[in-house]
Amino acid sequence: MELVTPGIGLIFWMLLSFSLVLIILKKYAWKPVLQMLKEREENIENSLKSAEKAKDEMAKLQTDNERILNEARKERDLLIKEAREIKEKIIFEAKSQASIEAGKLIENSKAIIQSEKMAALTDIKNQISFLSVEIAEKILKKELLKDANQKVFIESLIKDINLN
Amino acid sequence: MQLQTKLYINLFLIIALLFFGLNIKASEHKTDSLSESGSKNEETFKPGEFIINHVIDNHEWHIAEISGTEITIPLPIIVYSYKQGLLFFMSSKFEHGEKSYSGLKLETEGVNKGKIVEVLEDGNTVDEEAKLPLDLSITKIVSELFIVIFLMLWIFISVAKSYKRRQNLAPKGIQSLMEPLIIFVRDDIARPSIGHTYQKYLPYLLTIFFFIFISNLLGLIPIFPGGANLTGNIAVTGILALFTFTITTINANATYWKHIINAPCVPWWLKIPIPLMPIVELIGVFTKPFVLMVRLFANITAGHIIALGFFSLIFIFGKMSLGAGYGISVLSVIFTVFMSMLELLVAFIQAYVFTLLSAIYFGLATEEHH
Repeated sequence: MELVTPGIGLIFWMLLSFSLVLIILKKYAWKPVLQMLKEREENIENSLKSAEKAKDEMAKLQTDNERILNEARKERDLLIKEAREIKEKIIFEAKSQASIEAGKLIENSKAIIQSEKMAALTDIKNQISFLSVEIAEKILKKELLKDANQKVFIESLIKDINLN
Repeated sequence: MQLQTKLYINLFLIIALLFFGLNIKASEHKTDSLSESGSKNEETFKPGEFIINHVIDNHEWHIAEISGTEITIPLPIIVYSYKQGLLFFMSSKFEHGEKSYSGLKLETEGVNKGKIVEVLEDGNTVDEEAKLPLDLSITKIVSELFIVIFLMLWIFISVAKSYKRRQNLAPKGIQSLMEPLIIFVRDDIARPSIGHTYQKYLPYLLTIFFFIFISNLLGLIPIFPGGANLTGNIAVTGILALFTFTITTINANATYWKHIINAPCVPWWLKIPIPLMPIVELIGVFTKPFVLMVRLFANITAGHIIALGFFSLIFIFGKMSLGAGYGISVLSVIFTVFMSMLELLVAFIQAYVFTLLSAIYFGLATEEHH
């Protein structure tokens, strides 16, 4: 029977101490614990959210980077191509210019050579005619030294005149 | 990890065997010495009495009895005698009920067994006429209650401190042991049963959950800081149920009362000439906490009784022959270890059930619509 009859002393002590423990724990344990738990949960949730956001932003940034990089690559390719064209053009121009110059030079030289040749030839001709005259004079002088020869010569000359 | 767990289990078994072995030895000495002295008529072992004495409250904390000498912790007696007024002394003055002290005596037999009674002038005969003194002693159960309360305050105030200290950090130490339980009570008991107003009742639910759980666990420890049958005492569970009842009644809204007086969806003839339904509903208001009280009390007491019953088997068989006693002790220990494992589960389940039902009652009382 004692088992199911609550003792008055126990009821008293239980009522008193349980009420006290409830009040004390409520104020000094459960309130801060639950508060902190809630705060931590919110904090974790916010952190997760911001992490997600950061991830999205990162992805966005990455695609941006990729795009910029691609553009840069394209521009580089273009620049290289242009540079190559310019180089080729310059080389071509230089080559043609050089050939023209060379042609001109050759023409000039040819002309000079021609004129020099002409001058030399005239000079030689003059020289030859002068020399021939001199030779002829010398021959004549030598021929005409003898009277007989002179006579013959005169006669030939007169003969020529007579004929005319 | 596995090896460690195994080691712990082995260690636990060895300790259990050693302890139970000691107990058996001590008890045998007791019966021997008693039969020799023959002063008391207790030669036959009475398992019923043995079990009940361990389950009910006591004015001293019995630890062991070696060679007829009882090892007990004396507890303070606070008593209001209608003859002498308020008295305060230690229970060791009674010498285990053998002597009286200042006109009071611990009754050892009869209806008032275990209670403090008034004695006549000769200091021995019980005064049948006198009213029983008002006993507010710090008994075994009350001291266990204080131990549980001390443990709770210590654990949870330090947990609260570490929450404050380690704000927004992962739990550490005892905090990480308690946090899953606190979250369990909050998210699996309070929130689904009560609804959005659960935060108001959470401190109470957490307090009863941990109070019952810690008390149950301490009750499983067979030696001093534990061993007292706190949650298996009807006064203790009664007060817990009373708290639940009071909180339910105070916080109940109009819908709840309307539901009791005029239950909807019930044929009118159950209400009009004879108010059958209102009576049933009103009885229900009181049976709910009553069931809470009885369930916890009966579950925990039953566990203690079964464990003690297995021990009693040792002495019952031991009386028949010494060999049978030793033989059955092995079985008894195995069964008691098994029961202890079961009781560990029951310790949690009962704490859970009491808290869950309290939460459900709060939820019913504060429900907005039917």
